Amino acid sequence: MISLVDAFTLLAIGAGAILFLAGTLGLIRFPDTLSRLHALSKADNLGLGLIVLGLLPQATSTAGALKLVCVWLLAQLSAATASQLIAGAVHRRKSGS
Amino acid sequence: MTLLLDLALVAGLLALALHIACVRDDRNAIVSFIAFGLLLGLGWTRLASIDVALTEAAIGGGVTGVLLLRAEAHLRTGKTSDTSKNRGTSKSRGASTSRGATALAAIACTGVAAGLALVVLTFPAPAPTLAPAAAAALPGTGLGNPVTAVLLAYRALDTLLEKVVLILALIGIWSLAPDMLWGGAPSLRPAVVPEPLAYLAQMLPPFGVLIAVYMFWVGADAPGGTFQAGTVLAAMWLLVMLAGLRPAPETRRLALRLVLVGGPALFLAIGFLGFAIADGFLSYPESIAKPLIVGIEAALTLSIGATLGLLVAGPAQTAPGR
Repeated sequence: MISLVDAFTLLAIGAGAILFLAGTLGLIRFPDTLSRLHALSKADNLGLGLIVLGLLPQATSTAGALKLVCVWLLAQLSAATASQLIAGAVHRRKSGS
Repeated sequence: MTLLLDLALVAGLLALALHIACVRDDRNAIVSFIAFGLLLGLGWTRLASIDVALTEAAIGGGVTGVLLLRAEAHLRTGKTSDTSKNRGTSKSRGASTSRGATALAAIACTGVAAGLALVVLTFPAPAPTLAPAAAAALPGTGLGNPVTAVLLAYRALDTLLEKVVLILALIGIWSLAPDMLWGGAPSLRPAVVPEPLAYLAQMLPPFGVLIAVYMFWVGADAPGGTFQAGTVLAAMWLLVMLAGLRPAPETRRLALRLVLVGGPALFLAIGFLGFAIADGFLSYPESIAKPLIVGIEAALTLSIGATLGLLVAGPAQTAPGR
């Protein structure tokens, strides 16, 4: 018998893993750069968010939990910036040629 | 289940290494190399070597990746003007020598790998280890992280030489600048700075500096330390320079040079002080071992951050102002 907390963790991390899988599929299968970026940032933001959410009840200290949330926020900031930069480069290349 | 994860990790590492060695496009190889560094970091965490994992991700993935990408960009601009000049004559000969060199490198690498594998396989059953001795001597240093104790107390000489080598590498890069540009500033800012990059360069550095200070401070008792913290500092500085928020500093500035040599100089000074107040070169008196080590680490973190940032920035490209 697993406790309610552990069940929540399993569910959230499982959902996060599925999102990562779907994002990777999209990255490989989608036809153009912009939709591939879309798939990637979904996996990054929501997938990682779900995994962090699932790990929160397992954290042994408040500081540890806060660090997990910080990891998620920083990953979001960098993923959003990288997506914008790549999309901008694609846009410039298109309008340039 | 963990065995499955480890096997997948090893298979991924081997496949990625093969891809890096075989792929023709330089940029593709470099990006794969960065991914390889991060994956290797995961591998080190699986071996419970968090310190090595952090360093591998920061240096192997991050700094080396940026250095290689910048070198590739320079070569690319050089190549387009070069190929028009000497096309044809050197091409066939160049191809055959490069193939011979590739074969030679492949044979040498396989030999080294096989030799290493043989050595590892012939280890006696409990592999020889100094870990118990390192853990037993830990209280004398006042530290809680045996890795930091090895780096700054037991094998301090190695660490000192390592930092000096970094400075020498920077001098090597600086000396690539033409005479009239000596002492000038390197230039990192691209012609157009995309808006999101400028935004990131404004948002991230406060957090980055905080994380670097944390990594340096926690390194005494937990995984972390000077090299990782210095790399994070260098990354933040590079971000600010790349986004054009601050220009790269002139390499002749005294303050900059003092920061660069400050860490190793302090390390060396405290090392010599060991003759007077402890048993000899690079040994610390037990009562103040920890403050001394943390002080050295603080200066080293700044030096490493500045050195790594300037390594990536490259040689001076503008003449020094009067």
